Amino acid sequence: MYVRRLELTDFRSYSRAEIDLDPGPSVIVGPNGYGKTNLVEAMGYVATLSSHRVSSDQPLVRVGAERAIVRCAIVHDERELLVELEIVPGKANRARLGRAPVTRARDIVGALRLVLFAPEDLALVRGDPAERRRYLDDLLVQRQPRYAGVRADYERILKQRNALLRTAYLARKVGGTGGRTGDLSTLDVWDSHLAQHGADLIAGRLDLCAALGTHVAKAYDAVSAGRGEARVGYDARSWLESGQVSLDRVAIAERLGEALSAARPSEVERGVTLVGPHRDDITLTLGEMPAKGYASHGESWSLALALRLAAFELLRGEGIEPVLVLDDVFAELDTGRRDRLAEMVAAASQVLVTCAVEADVPRLLAGERYVVGEGEVRRGR
Amino acid sequence: MFEGAIQDLIDELGRLPGIGPKSAQRLAFHLLQADDADVARLVSALQRVKELVRFCATCFNVAESEECRICRDPRRSDESICVVEEPKDVVAIERTGEFRGRYHVLGGAINPLEGVGPDNLRIRELMARLASGEIKELILATDPNTEGEATATYLALLVKPMGIAVTRLASGLPVGGDLEYADEITLGRAFEGRRAV
Ligand SMILES: Nc1ncnc2c1ncn2[C@@H]1O[C@H](COP(=O)(O)OP(=O)(O)OP(=O)(O)O)[C@@H](O)[C@H]1O
Ligand SMILES: [Mg+2]
Ligand SMILES: [Zn+2]
Repeated sequence: MYVRRLELTDFRSYSRAEIDLDPGPSVIVGPNGYGKTNLVEAMGYVATLSSHRVSSDQPLVRVGAERAIVRCAIVHDERELLVELEIVPGKANRARLGRAPVTRARDIVGALRLVLFAPEDLALVRGDPAERRRYLDDLLVQRQPRYAGVRADYERILKQRNALLRTAYLARKVGGTGGRTGDLSTLDVWDSHLAQHGADLIAGRLDLCAALGTHVAKAYDAVSAGRGEARVGYDARSWLESGQVSLDRVAIAERLGEALSAARPSEVERGVTLVGPHRDDITLTLGEMPAKGYASHGESWSLALALRLAAFELLRGEGIEPVLVLDDVFAELDTGRRDRLAEMVAAASQVLVTCAVEADVPRLLAGERYVVGEGEVRRGR
Repeated sequence: MFEGAIQDLIDELGRLPGIGPKSAQRLAFHLLQADDADVARLVSALQRVKELVRFCATCFNVAESEECRICRDPRRSDESICVVEEPKDVVAIERTGEFRGRYHVLGGAINPLEGVGPDNLRIRELMARLASGEIKELILATDPNTEGEATATYLALLVKPMGIAVTRLASGLPVGGDLEYADEITLGRAFEGRRAV
């Protein structure tokens, strides 16, 4: 799969940009703050309906404009598919697939498969569990789009359940909020739905973690030239105190249900849901030590990179080869790691590399060249 | 801001669901320029709907008398009740021509975020109807979203011990549609939810 053309209107710093792209490696070069990341962010948004940098849509729309439009021509199996996305902050996105509008923007998920590595990914190793959950869930959705629904349902159920607990909590503390009572008679219902949908999500994550394991180890080994073994594990800390994690959805739902019952007094006491996949984590280890808190800067960077490369390899191995984007990755790596990374990805169907200093990019990836200037992108030497 | 009456109208229109300030303004100026007769018809339609239309005393569907058309129809079966959230769902199911029983309109779904619990819905009234012993099947046709599903589960837990059969509308692939046109999420879900035949 590759992106043949990208068109932006009022996206970030661009009032208008049109870029024709080729398969294989390409380098996008330009000074700091000229809009390299903005370009790849737009493609990432089409792939996942979210930005890798911000959680709200407002910053994606050019200051002074009302809406941003991203258009992508995607080539897969020699067939071209046009995807158009209109981003209006505070409103639901509108999308088109081919020439036809789709009912929900999330129907376009899956049209563009893309794996993006960016400096923000250092947070996969050093940041909060939420970063790692997002990595896993985003990949889950790319691999099996059905999980977009599972994830949205789970989040909605969690929100409703939290609202119920919170109302009861406030009713107890201050004696009712605007006539709302602390009626917990529907809590059992929310528990069972949380357990069902939570188990669905967890089963997907566990399956994914298992599939990722060897890819992460291999990618880290390749980038680091054998300096330490990288491992990923699923940390079901909120609902499994000890013992083996079962892969079976029914068993997980049962276990979640038990954990919810056990946690109920403290949940009611604190007015928030303490059990479920929204509290889980992935453990990352290098050799015998946890990566977080122990790994060096370069090692953390390489591990974060290995997580993205593993995602790429996994998707590639299961059928549709995604587009690979490496945003500002080379400047942080030593020469050996740079060259080994280049070797790993040079054969990909499309690799887009951004950099401020062209000399940082290994020769092997010097394919087509794009120069980002003031608000425009030029192709050529 | 405009003066007096026109701004009052804009404000009133703006309070209607789905109408933002811009639409409210456009509607208000449209009405201002419309024929007197057209406006009079609109005014009387608004008044009549409040005077004549009320909720059915049995099922809480919209009605123009004590009971709605469906509850009064002697040809319909008293053995099954279909539970829906809103009167517009009754219209949708009636269009299918598949259901010959009675309805019960809850007036919404359980939604803690909006402060809606079982007491805010017509669940007590439903239980009273079920207590008559005549009803054999309860069909839960609440919306296939988080709140509708929660409401269905809540009702199922309440009603099943009464020995009444409880069923839920199947959701999934639209029948009559082509498999290839179903989006990945719907198709993926349908695949997960497959059953033996
Ligand atoms: N909504 C917006 N409207 C206008 N300009 C914006 C908007 N969002 C970001 N920018 C501008 O875009 C520029 C950042 O672009 P981008 O992050 O793509 O830079 P870059 O080329 O990747 O730089 P670096 O080499 O430092 O990573 C900033 O100058 C910022 O002011
Ligand atoms: Mg950048
Ligand atoms: Zn009626």
